[in-house]
Order: sequence, then C-alpha cells, then structure tokens
Amino acid sequence: MAINWFKYSAPSTFYGLAGKLIPFFAWPAAILFATGLYIGFFVAPTDAVQSEAYRIIFIHVPASILSMFIYLIMAGYAALGLIFNTRLSSMMAQALAPTGALFAFISLWTGALWGKPMWGAWWVWDARLTSELILLFLYLGFIALQASIEDPRRADKAAALLAIVGSVNVPIIYFSVKWWNTLHQGATIKMTGTSMHVAMQQAMFIVLVACWLYVIAVALARVRSIILERERNTQWVNELKEVQS
Amino acid sequence: MSEFFAMNGYAFYVWGSYGVAVLVFGIEVWLARNRRKNILRELKLMRMDTEENGERA
Amino acid sequence: MNKLSLFGLLGLVVRRDLLLAMRRRTDVLTTLVFFVMVVSLFPLGVGPEPDMLRKMASGVVWVAALLASMLSLPRMFSADHADGTLEQMMLAPQSLSVLVLGKILAHWMLSGLPLALIAPVLGLQFDMSVQALWILVLALLLGTPVLSMIGAIGAALTLGLRGGGVLVSLLVLPLCIPVLIFGAGAVEAVNGGMSAVSNLALLGAFMLFALVFTPFVAAQALRISME
Repeated sequence: MAINWFKYSAPSTFYGLAGKLIPFFAWPAAILFATGLYIGFFVAPTDAVQSEAYRIIFIHVPASILSMFIYLIMAGYAALGLIFNTRLSSMMAQALAPTGALFAFISLWTGALWGKPMWGAWWVWDARLTSELILLFLYLGFIALQASIEDPRRADKAAALLAIVGSVNVPIIYFSVKWWNTLHQGATIKMTGTSMHVAMQQAMFIVLVACWLYVIAVALARVRSIILERERNTQWVNELKEVQS
Repeated sequence: MSEFFAMNGYAFYVWGSYGVAVLVFGIEVWLARNRRKNILRELKLMRMDTEENGERA
Repeated sequence: MNKLSLFGLLGLVVRRDLLLAMRRRTDVLTTLVFFVMVVSLFPLGVGPEPDMLRKMASGVVWVAALLASMLSLPRMFSADHADGTLEQMMLAPQSLSVLVLGKILAHWMLSGLPLALIAPVLGLQFDMSVQALWILVLALLLGTPVLSMIGAIGAALTLGLRGGGVLVSLLVLPLCIPVLIFGAGAVEAVNGGMSAVSNLALLGAFMLFALVFTPFVAAQALRISME
C-alpha cells in the first residue's frame, strides 16, 4: 500500500508524530553530548601549542557549523512554505530560527573566549567570526520581522522572502568579509593550526551529532507549541487529551 | 581532580565557554517547556469558556 | 487606450515620485542634512589629526551614506500605501517589477545621488586627496543604487508595520555589508597606492546582480504585504 507521506504534512497529524519523536531525539542528544565531551576532555591529549584551551573547539566548531546549516534549512522550509503554501513548513522555519540564533551566539561567545588566550583579544575581526556576527544579525532580522507582523500568514511569507534573500547573501557576505579581512590583517590566523588528533576529531564529530539531535528535538517541541497557538480555535485542538484533562 | 578543573590555567575560558553553552541549552529547553505550559493552560481556559457559554446559550 | 510601454511606465513612475518629493522638499533635505551632520560629527568625536581623519574618511562617509539611505526607505511605499494608490498601481497591466524599479530609481535620485554629489565637499573636511575624492564619488555612484534596491525589499516587507523604520534597517543593513566593504575599500586602495579598479568592478557587479533580482523580489514582497 502506498504510504501517504502527505498525511504528516497536516499540522494535526504532525502534532502527534512530533510528540512521539521528541524523546527519540532528546535522549540520544544528551547521551552523545556527554560521551563527546568525555572523549574531548579525557581521551584527547593536551595540545602542544594551545595546551588545554583548545578544548573549546569541541563546542565552538559544531556551534558554528550548525548556525550556518540551520539558517540554510530554515530558508529551505521558508521557501517550501512560500511556494507550496504549506503552513507547517513556515511553522518549522519559525521554530528553527531561535535555535539557530542561539547557536550563532554560542559560536561567537566560545570564539571570543577561545580568542582571548590564543590571540590575546576578546574580539578579533577574523573573517569567520565577523561573518558569524552578521549571520546572527540575519537571524535577528528574521525573528524580528516574523514577530512584528500580526497576521501569521503574512508574517510567514514575509519572513520566508527575507530568509531566501538572506541565504543568497550569506556566501557573498562571507567572501567579501574574507577578502576584507585578508586585506587588513594578512592571512587569517589558523584556528586549528595543529593537525587534528583522531580523538579530537571523534569528540568534535560526536558533539556535532549531539547538537544536531538537540536542534531537532527543540525545533519539534517549539513547532508543537506554534501549532497549538495557531490552531487554537480548531476542533482537533479542542479534543486533544491535554486540553480535555 | 582539581588539577583537571584548572585546565592548566585556562579554566576560566574553557569552563566559561561550556558553562554558557549548557546554560543557553538549559534556558532554551525551559522556555520551550514554559511556552507549551502557557498555551495548554490558555486552551483549557478557552474550552471551559465555550462550555459554560455553550450550556447557557 | 494606448498601452503604456514598460519604459513609459518607468519614466512615468519616476517623474511622478520626483514631482511628489519636490512638493515636500523637506524629506529630501533631511536625508542630505543627516548625511552631512553624521559625517561632520566624526572629527569632533575622534580628534582633528589630519592623517587619522584621512585614514578613516572613506569608512565614515560610507557608513553615513548607508544610514542616510536607510532613513528615507520607509517613505518609498508608505505614502502610496496609506492613500491606496499602491493598490491601484498593483492593478496596472504592466509588470509590477518595472513599477518597483521606477520607485527604486526615484528613491535613489532623492537619496543616493545627492549623497554622491555632496560627498567630495565632506571629503575635504577629512583632508582627502583629489584622486581619493574622485574614487569616493565613483564608488558612491555605483554603491548607493544597491542600497536603494535592497532597501526596497525591506521597505516592501515592512509596509504598514508600526516601528517599520527601525525594522527596515535591521533587515537591510546586514545585506548591504558587502557594498560597504568594497565601497570603503575602493578609497582605501587608492590611499594605499593600489588601483581601486577591482573594488569598483565588484561594486558594479553587485549593482547588476541587484538590478536583475531586487525589482522582482520587491514586487513579490509587495504582493505579500498587500494581500
């Protein structure tokens, strides 16, 4: 029998599915996060050059990678919502935005805390840190636009257009900042100068996967709340057992 | 054990990074849980209203 | 009824907007005065040493140009939105993109162009060399249209929202950063003795890229906002 995939594109059915899925993402995320950090702190050797400070890499690099990916996925969902008028896609984009912004913030915060011992300054106009800061502004722009329009349908579409325009600009911004940085400061300072010890790579990869699972869990949880908020007047919400009890 | 936490003098930076990261994750989870609690409470209130008005009308 | 050609529509919209703007001349002047004021404030804040000022001149002028063009963005559609002419315009048989391009051109003539023309005068405040001034004007002429074009998308998205002015800047400024980098970079290249051709070429590329996409995207944004 053909599986009707579109069954789950309706908010009502997706609500139940998401509810069941969250634990399957949340718990593995926590476990992987713990194992990743364990390997990062206890198995990975002390770095010759940066001694212990390099251990910040296990949260800084995954956060930076994720902040970029979440933006692209958010723009993808937003585009889907704009083109196919599927409300759930726009809700998913709205659910991902805060988590993406938080990862951009974590990337900046850990980058600064890592920069201080290594480069002697809290903030260095390194190309990657600067584009990360601009990415944070793009996230805040998306969230602000979504929040400032009352009508959810217009808010979704307007924010979607902004996300698409933003995602086209992300590479342009990155290369212009990279070009600008090399002009001013010479070659960008290599963050991971030393060749990566295998345990380091393992730890970083495990924390990356853990963060991925965490993002999915939080996004699913938030999209469920958004569904309830937007479908508050519908019959199926009224009959939900959470509401009945 | 304390030598481990000293992180060879970089304790502030390493634990500052991880502390804030875990704190941010915690706050986000708490906010998500809070948001769900609020909307469910609101829905229950709405349902009670409709039922009361429903009966009376 | 003779069907108005696209260029006819473009000319019509630009003439109309310029005429309307000239009636309320203060709006045009506020952008210009804001630009002059912001640029003149910097030496007061930073100190009068000529070599310091010369080094930061292009950055200051460009940031001021960015802010000044942000200032006048909300007015691009809001007047027509308020009295309903925007809805009539959207019913025109011609493509909405051309109409939006006309509005962008009018906005640029009222904000970007005057900034570029007055920039040399301000450059003298910063003791810039004549060649640097010439490159600054050229870069501004290439860069400010891009600010208006990207700004049109922001203005269309935030149509009719309270607090729209600040919101437009928050949405649009990150997207204008490449223009700022290469615009200011052009003058610095000249000060540093290198040729500014590569910067100006990239600015030209941004302008063409924006010229192709932004009218269409802004038209989509208008349709979304006016639904």
